[in-house]
Amino acid sequence: MTSFSNHDSSADEVVPIHSGEDVVRLRQVLRQHVQAIRLTLVEQTKFVTAASELARNTLDYGGGGEARIAVVRNDANARQGIRISFIDQGPGIGDIELALSDGFTSGNGMGLGLGGAKRLSDEFHIDTAVGRGTTITITKWKAF
Amino acid sequence: MGRILLVTIQVDMHDKLAMTLQDDLTERIVRDHARGVLIDISALDIVDSFIGRMISNTAGMARVLDAQTVVVGMQPSVAITLVELGLRLDGVRTALNVERGMELLGSSLSGFK
Repeated sequence: MTSFSNHDSSADEVVPIHSGEDVVRLRQVLRQHVQAIRLTLVEQTKFVTAASELARNTLDYGGGGEARIAVVRNDANARQGIRISFIDQGPGIGDIELALSDGFTSGNGMGLGLGGAKRLSDEFHIDTAVGRGTTITITKWKAF
Repeated sequence: MGRILLVTIQVDMHDKLAMTLQDDLTERIVRDHARGVLIDISALDIVDSFIGRMISNTAGMARVLDAQTVVVGMQPSVAITLVELGLRLDGVRTALNVERGMELLGSSLSGFK
């Protein structure tokens, strides 16, 4: 388990998400971070894909928002990781179960497909309520 | 065998580009009487559900226009990620590369002149 303490938010890189171009840019910025801590190619691909899904949700369902990226360190085993939070002031999610269910059919999914982003990440945290907006945080750790 | 269109996606696509690609491709299929479409995604490091839907939609439109679609060149890390993401590219076959994609289309289209 890891803790969210000992984290200086002022060092976070903030990426606004208000357009499709921002989603593309978010992928590029995050890619730089995961490359910098030398995640493997597969780890990079999984995590950036997860982030891309969440960024698109922020845009499509959250009314836009921002992503905050931080390099984190697991105190227990001294491993590095990347943590990214997606924050919006949108309607919030009432049914988290539904949101986590797989929504990927041939284009008309019903769930938000958050389950996919969760599977592709090492840690997944969601803070949301109807009328309160949504913050989703995912983390990927280096294997060694 | 009929005309085969080769589309190479080289740029990280955002919404407008994706729409343009779909429209352009549909137009080309009609104009060139194409029976097959190869979508080369070998340059894509990331394929998320947005791109996946675009590919599925494109294949769907091609099918309506009596053309078959094969996606080629999927990077291994992308393939691994898509499985875990749970994204199914419905109605879209895949092949390792352009050559194999052509073979796949050829065997499907044989018998049609």
